[in-house]
Amino acid sequence: MSEVKISIRNLHKAFGQKKVLNGVDLDVCKGQSLVVIGGSGTGKSVLIKCIQGLLSPDEGSIKIDGQDISFDQNKNAENLNAQMGMLFQGGALFDSLSVWENVAFSLIENQGYKREDAKREAVRVLRQVGLAPDVADLSPSELSGGMQKRVGLARAIITKPDIIFFDEPTTGLDPIMSDVINDLIIESAKGLGATTLTITHDMASVRKIADCVAMLYQGKIIWQGTVKEMDKTENPYVRQFINGCSQGPIKMEI
Amino acid sequence: MIKKYVENFLRTLGRPLLTFVISLGNLVLFVIKAVYHALTPKYYIKIFLKQVLEIGFYSLPVVGLTTIFAGMVIALQTYSGFARYGAESAVASVVLISVTRELAPVLSALMVAGRIGAAMAAEIGTMKVTEQIDALITLSTNPYKYLFAPRLWAGTLVLPLLVLFGDVIGVFGGYVVGVYKLGFNPANYINSTIENIEAIGIISGLTKAAVFGFIIALMGCYNGYRSKGGAQGVGQATTNAVVSASILILIFNYILTEVFFSK
Repeated sequence: MSEVKISIRNLHKAFGQKKVLNGVDLDVCKGQSLVVIGGSGTGKSVLIKCIQGLLSPDEGSIKIDGQDISFDQNKNAENLNAQMGMLFQGGALFDSLSVWENVAFSLIENQGYKREDAKREAVRVLRQVGLAPDVADLSPSELSGGMQKRVGLARAIITKPDIIFFDEPTTGLDPIMSDVINDLIIESAKGLGATTLTITHDMASVRKIADCVAMLYQGKIIWQGTVKEMDKTENPYVRQFINGCSQGPIKMEI
Repeated sequence: MIKKYVENFLRTLGRPLLTFVISLGNLVLFVIKAVYHALTPKYYIKIFLKQVLEIGFYSLPVVGLTTIFAGMVIALQTYSGFARYGAESAVASVVLISVTRELAPVLSALMVAGRIGAAMAAEIGTMKVTEQIDALITLSTNPYKYLFAPRLWAGTLVLPLLVLFGDVIGVFGGYVVGVYKLGFNPANYINSTIENIEAIGIISGLTKAAVFGFIIALMGCYNGYRSKGGAQGVGQATTNAVVSASILILIFNYILTEVFFSK
């Protein structure tokens, strides 16, 4: 396929005694939608946080556009993130700001937009994710879960990033709203031509948005392939996960 | 057998010591980073002003009430204690000195620590556990500059103003008791107050206030930022912020008094 956008090699991260990432190798191609699946607590979020510079890895390299970013992210986390957007699991909207101020945050703080211009732009992007202009002046706590996700999405895409991360975008939503969010994710990523990395354990979401699927288990990528390949694979771990069986090689730590 | 006991004994000694050293180290690193970012651009003026309003303006009633009663009680105590004779000038000067040097800075700071330190820790702690601080970073914004620096500046600059206000109110409290309860001559009382005004007392009080303001904001930010887990973690952070700020205020009050007044 085309050129590699994100390249991760031998990534290790431990918290105290607990090894969360244990040698992750992963490539994401430009414009591709990669979905990382894996059980709760397998380090999916840690993986994303390492790429964004929110956590520093213990070992290994992370390259974006061929540039190694893994060990100086304290200096560059802010610059680096200018080309990335992230939709957080809980939305992570700033509750001290109104909806439109959340969406336009980067425009106002980093790109020097005037408030009225920023608001106009925010309202436009809000409409793009299916929210009416009158939502703009509400506070995030007045919104439902699905609406908060949409606002989070609007905030993530307003700067037209090259890379967008989605942290369990459909968790906590009803199936219909999940599908709506999935559609929005596809639409917005396609519209921007962005590379996306999604972590989820919602298989419906995987089938809908993934070009490519990778499974994280015990701190390593144990399988990678397309959705079609995923359905045909004989890999017992993947089979167990996508079928949601309690019996199989994956033992849940209870 | 004995070896085991010794080992266990050393362990019980060592663990809290290590925990203490680690948290001290974390705090020092936090302070260095926060101060560095507070001194270098970019500055978030609007957030700073909002904090000034929050810490300063809205604390006026609390500080006013605290210091007026402090001034009143000092007037009463001085009179009943040792100044029946020549009481007017003694009461006026004791009220002035104790309010400006100690009572206004320390009591105001403790009250503000309860009011502001707790609120800061709760707000920042909630932002931390709901990933809002991570979100800030992904939006290319440094949380030290955006969240902590404006609060540290506001705390450091606003507390002296609050204490100056407290000084005036506290001395007025003494005047009220002196004139309306103890029956002093108002003009004489005011004269002896003015005669006894000393620069060092007021300056030391205001310096203390600046340090206390920094401590309050620092403890609010630090404990909030370090909070883990959900609501319980934030609650813990809030408590820690108030308790640690209060203790540090009292410790630094002593140290600064040494610096200013010991010869």
